[in-house]
Amino acid sequence: MSSLETTAAPAVEQSPSRRATRRTPPGSRWLTRLDLRLTPYVLVLPFFVIFAIFGVYPIIYTVWIALTDRSPLNATISFVGLDNFVELLTNDPQFWNAVWNTFGMFAMSTVPQLLLALMLANALNRRIRGQMFFRLAIAMPIITSTAVVALIFSMIYARDFGLANWLLDLVGVDPIDWRANRFASWFAISTMVDWRWVGYNALIYLAAMQSISKDMYEAAALDGASRRRQFWSITIPQLRPTIIFTLIISTIGGLQLFTEPLMFTSGSGALSGGSEGQFQTITMYLLEVMNTRFRWGYAGAVALVLFLLIASVSFVNYLLARRISSDK
Amino acid sequence: MSVTSRRRFAAIALASVAVLATGTACGNDSESGDGQITLVVDVFGDQGFGYEDLYKQYESEHPNIKIQERGKGLGLGDYNTRLTQQITAGAGAGDIVALEEGTIVQFYAQADKFVNLADHGANDLKSNFLPWKWEQGVTPDGKVLGLGTDIGSMAICYRTDLFKAANLPTDREQVGALWPTWDEFIATGQKFAAVDKKHKFVDSATNFYNVVLMQTAGAGSGYTYFDKSNQLVVGSNPDVKSAFDLTTKMISAGLSNHLKSFSNEWNAGFKNGSFAAIGCPAWMTGVIKGQAGDSAAGKWDIAKAPGTGGNWGGAFLGVPKASKHPKEAAELAKFLTSAKSQAEAFKKVGNLPSSPQALSDPAVAEATNDYFSNAPVGKIFAAGASELKPVYLGPKNQAVRDAVENALRSVEQGKAADAAWQDAVKNGEAAGK
Repeated sequence: MSSLETTAAPAVEQSPSRRATRRTPPGSRWLTRLDLRLTPYVLVLPFFVIFAIFGVYPIIYTVWIALTDRSPLNATISFVGLDNFVELLTNDPQFWNAVWNTFGMFAMSTVPQLLLALMLANALNRRIRGQMFFRLAIAMPIITSTAVVALIFSMIYARDFGLANWLLDLVGVDPIDWRANRFASWFAISTMVDWRWVGYNALIYLAAMQSISKDMYEAAALDGASRRRQFWSITIPQLRPTIIFTLIISTIGGLQLFTEPLMFTSGSGALSGGSEGQFQTITMYLLEVMNTRFRWGYAGAVALVLFLLIASVSFVNYLLARRISSDK
Repeated sequence: MSVTSRRRFAAIALASVAVLATGTACGNDSESGDGQITLVVDVFGDQGFGYEDLYKQYESEHPNIKIQERGKGLGLGDYNTRLTQQITAGAGAGDIVALEEGTIVQFYAQADKFVNLADHGANDLKSNFLPWKWEQGVTPDGKVLGLGTDIGSMAICYRTDLFKAANLPTDREQVGALWPTWDEFIATGQKFAAVDKKHKFVDSATNFYNVVLMQTAGAGSGYTYFDKSNQLVVGSNPDVKSAFDLTTKMISAGLSNHLKSFSNEWNAGFKNGSFAAIGCPAWMTGVIKGQAGDSAAGKWDIAKAPGTGGNWGGAFLGVPKASKHPKEAAELAKFLTSAKSQAEAFKKVGNLPSSPQALSDPAVAEATNDYFSNAPVGKIFAAGASELKPVYLGPKNQAVRDAVENALRSVEQGKAADAAWQDAVKNGEAAGK
């Protein structure tokens, strides 16, 4: 806010005085002053109003509801203090199962996703034929709807007539029931996530790579550094802020993984993520608690714990990513 | 742009926004100047409730009323989630909402958010409904929450072509005679499986289980996972355990096609004809016809179910208090649940009427279904309807049912039956908390 005021201030001094020399209808000067002082705030106001309604208020309300036993089945709401949190942390194996699944799939999808994106971006950063085509092509998955992606992949990984099992059959591997086995389901869901997000991250890396000065590469080449050496010693350190950014975005997305595992099964009870919760994520569990068990207060507690998890994992990622390339 | 012209521009922009806003406000209002009102009816399920012609009839009899239906094609789970939010928020629900048998109990606690249909003369209609159906629509303190639409008395639907290929009888009387009990049903399945290695006998464990459970509970305790005082009894109700055991026996005999109910694979199973029989509450006939499609017409038939009685499914129509036209909505709900309308819906989508008058109406009682080899559906389904014993379902029935069904699916995926039962009880108790 303060920086806004200081930049606005000189404008206030200048323009009215210049205009005042031309014509000064009474009162207009005051209005103009008001206009110039207030307008910046009015212009930024919509964002803050909307943020307050859809951001701040829900968070405060979630904190409040998490301290109660609110449910559409209860006629009255009573305050239960931290009971929901205590139950969640000490006596809810299903929640911890969901946490385990979420982190498992997060690791299984994010690591190859970012590595692949880096390699793709590096390849596209060179002079190649049809550069424009490839750069556009990797962006294609982003504009497809998650639901469609999930639908198609769930057909690929279908138990009875799926493409994946057909391919496995060709090389003599027994068909896999992708929804029954924990790691098979994690793998299938990770491929969905990666198919969709590798291109997005590659584009971000590519943009960052293009802003790295060519001089550095030339100097390195003169010193006899190989392409590989240039990549590790120049590109990666220069990309550090970008890598941190993609890591944080992937963390937020990965820990909120929802549509892909939900659409991986269809029919009744899809929120339970497999017969034994093999691929139920935290957000799916959150919705199950809220919409089939009607424990809204408890769901609030799940949401807050998820929030804390994302915040702390993002912070750890940030520390790690800072360390990765600051040795140079 | 000078300051003044910028201001003028802003003024014009503001004015147009204001005009737009008032314009949309008009558009949203369900009542226009000439007394025309629009009533919104919320239903669920792939086939809807089969009310299309009834709406037209009602609109022509009441020229000031337009009817708009929402929700056809929406699964019950999604529908109910949305409805719960709309009812709790007090906005967004239709003027008439469908309440399913398994979920209406959940809304007893929110009866104050619904119009008490007794205020609109519903009590005079009590004799239009089977007594137990009427009871289910009334809250413990006597408010009429919903009027009954249909009930789900049970039969077995089967593929005559697959039965024939497996050297089983195809005539519906003879088929029904194969299985006086569920154990004999499983024995028949084993005979089928011995001959036909390509198809499975039934679609899924869960469908079989639900049919058996509703029968066992109907004949036994009268409730499933929650007793009538809403205490969670999933682990101690012998009816649940015996239905569970019978189902795991069926699975270990290799009879299940392992298709998850209402999933894409399940739908494809109907199209590909990958199983020979399915537990068939009356409303399931509409599902089969919709999913198996025209190419399977005449290949299906309906036989009586093993055991006796049992009801699965069926719905009610209620009017949320948020409705702007509660009186008109209540009248429409009364019309849609009248004996005549119920018979009409039965003709359209196979939903078995909950009105004794409709059940004895020749249009229902003597009805045959040409899709199911002209099976006398009226006779098969309506016969036992008046003696049906209702099963009480608690407010969190769906959550516990999901947990138990998941345990059965894990048996299909290879888990030991005993361990699965432990899971069912443990997860069911967590879900019903």
